[in-house]
Amino acid sequence: MKLKYPKNGKFGEFGGRYIPETLVPAVEELEEAYLKYKDDAEFNKELRYYLTQYAGRPTPLYLARNLTEFAGGAKIYLKREDLLHGGAHKINNTLGQGLLAKRMKKKRIIAETGAGQHGVATAMACSALGLHGEVYMGYKDTQRQKLNVFRMNLLGSKVHPVKEGTQTLKDAINEAIRDWITNVKTTYYLLGSAVGPHPYPVMVRDFQSVIGNEILAQMKELEKKSPDSVVACVGGGSNAIGTFYPLIDEDTKMFGIEAGGKGIKSGHHSATLVGGSKGILHGMLTYLLQDKEGQISETHSISAGLDYPGVGPEHSYLKDAKRVKYDAVNDKEAVEAFLLLSKHEGIIPALESAHAIAYAIKIAKNMPKSESIVVTLSGRGDKDVEEVGRYLSKNVKNKK
Amino acid sequence: MSRIKSKFQDLKSKNQKALIAYVMAGFPNEKGTISAVRGLVKGGADIIELGMPFSDPLADGPVIQNAGFHALQKGMNFVKFLTLVKKIRKETDIPLVLMTYTNLLYRHGYEKFISIVKKAGIDGLILPDMSVDESKEFLQAAKKHEMDTIFLISPNTTPQRIKKIADVSSGFLYLVSVFGTTGGQQQFQDYTTRAIKNAKNILDGKIPLGVGFGVSNPDQARFIIKSGADAIIVGSAFLRLIENASSEKIESKIESFTKSLKKSTISE
Repeated sequence: MKLKYPKNGKFGEFGGRYIPETLVPAVEELEEAYLKYKDDAEFNKELRYYLTQYAGRPTPLYLARNLTEFAGGAKIYLKREDLLHGGAHKINNTLGQGLLAKRMKKKRIIAETGAGQHGVATAMACSALGLHGEVYMGYKDTQRQKLNVFRMNLLGSKVHPVKEGTQTLKDAINEAIRDWITNVKTTYYLLGSAVGPHPYPVMVRDFQSVIGNEILAQMKELEKKSPDSVVACVGGGSNAIGTFYPLIDEDTKMFGIEAGGKGIKSGHHSATLVGGSKGILHGMLTYLLQDKEGQISETHSISAGLDYPGVGPEHSYLKDAKRVKYDAVNDKEAVEAFLLLSKHEGIIPALESAHAIAYAIKIAKNMPKSESIVVTLSGRGDKDVEEVGRYLSKNVKNKK
Repeated sequence: MSRIKSKFQDLKSKNQKALIAYVMAGFPNEKGTISAVRGLVKGGADIIELGMPFSDPLADGPVIQNAGFHALQKGMNFVKFLTLVKKIRKETDIPLVLMTYTNLLYRHGYEKFISIVKKAGIDGLILPDMSVDESKEFLQAAKKHEMDTIFLISPNTTPQRIKKIADVSSGFLYLVSVFGTTGGQQQFQDYTTRAIKNAKNILDGKIPLGVGFGVSNPDQARFIIKSGADAIIVGSAFLRLIENASSEKIESKIESFTKSLKKSTISE
């Protein structure tokens, strides 16, 4: 079931390359470079150096005793990607692609960002590697994640607020692609999730697979076996695919958790795999949230990082192959988990990761104490404190 | 023979090049589109491209993005689009090409979508995000329903790939003149001239070459024709005109602008 380097980027019927012709030479050049360097000893040595000395890998696998006790079932381990430099797993990918861009002699880097985590990770990698970074961000997202906009500026990257369309992540991707079409010769597009045209979904997965590889090694040491279950949140799905891919051939149950927003039935959500249908967007064939004519739907989630109407094509493949179970957690449950983990473990999770925490608590209850769940804590929640504050005050008012 | 093919043959016998004009269906509204089409026909346009709006038009610049967004807001949809095409077909036999994005076809099913729009009166399809590498099912459906498939090439497309794309194209081949999205207004550079000459050499007369993206006035049109193009494609310039015209003036304004562009396709 593991598709190491699928031909033409096809995960079954999903993936591929649905792109304007101007970008074809660019993705071909990228694929050629990636194939040349992905197993190159010198490249991997340099990447390992930056991941270790700059980003802080390996990250701990922490047994959350208090949360485990609270749930009252299986042991809950947290894979602490929140402890990485910048506060999220995104740096695994930006360092990898940044080093690749350098070898391709591309000095100008563009990226899109939703919550701002990938934008910040791009800005850090650009700064560390001597590259010039520009980040597209939906205007709505720049408003709800002001801190990250400020951070990107501090780190030396330019932020372009995108006022087209729904002013969120998908529009930021559209605008980044338009920039890429215009400046294709000089510019490297550093995509932040396992989405887009081939080879991005494979390449981003490979750079993020360090998460799952470490989980496997750490669990074999701590529990003498691979985890019984793993849980990760899914927006575009990069931390999830990085968690799942190395474990696909293990005897591990996998759960990908999408943003249920105000509830699937309400229509205000971002749960692409749970509530979507097949379609073509951003260069790939995958599950999408769209209307019956194929217009892309407006999505909703309290977490900007999950607020995306598409999903990585490998997740679509793993869903249809029934290897991973995809489910949704709504805004309210995510906020509860955010508060719970903060209070019980002294760890403030990103709202994205809080979706995975909420689900892990649910399934832990029904699992024996001898079993273990690993939750990928994809990022820390400092960026979300204000948003949660707003949510709580609004909902307290509504109750009155 | 398809309407597009016979149009190019007819023009050739008259020693003319083609003017292909783009308007967005439903911008500023359905009536406005009908007026614009009337102006185009009266002004002497040879082929009309009708845009069907998509929520995420990633190959388009601000003018077409805005027109599409506006049309969707006003309720443009597949059924209304078909009604519009049928109305246009009652008035004129001009070749009609539908330009939109692949997902709208995929969602209906390639075959179903193509057979329906063909019946309504569409002669060809342009899909900026349909790559030749992913086109097998699309091409089968188009062939079955005798729909022309107009693919795009770019100044950085390799000769080998131009051949591959030309092999599956019918009606004409669409060369994107610049690195960028639709509606750019910069001056053309040498690479555009080179790209036109290069493509013409490779095509060797097998299929007409249309050139678009950023062609917005008669001078630019003449420049593109002089470089060897068989057709000029103008879009954003028409939309800007429509955007700034009152509804009763759309037809006459479009007509006179079309005339000025059409002149540049007739050799003196």
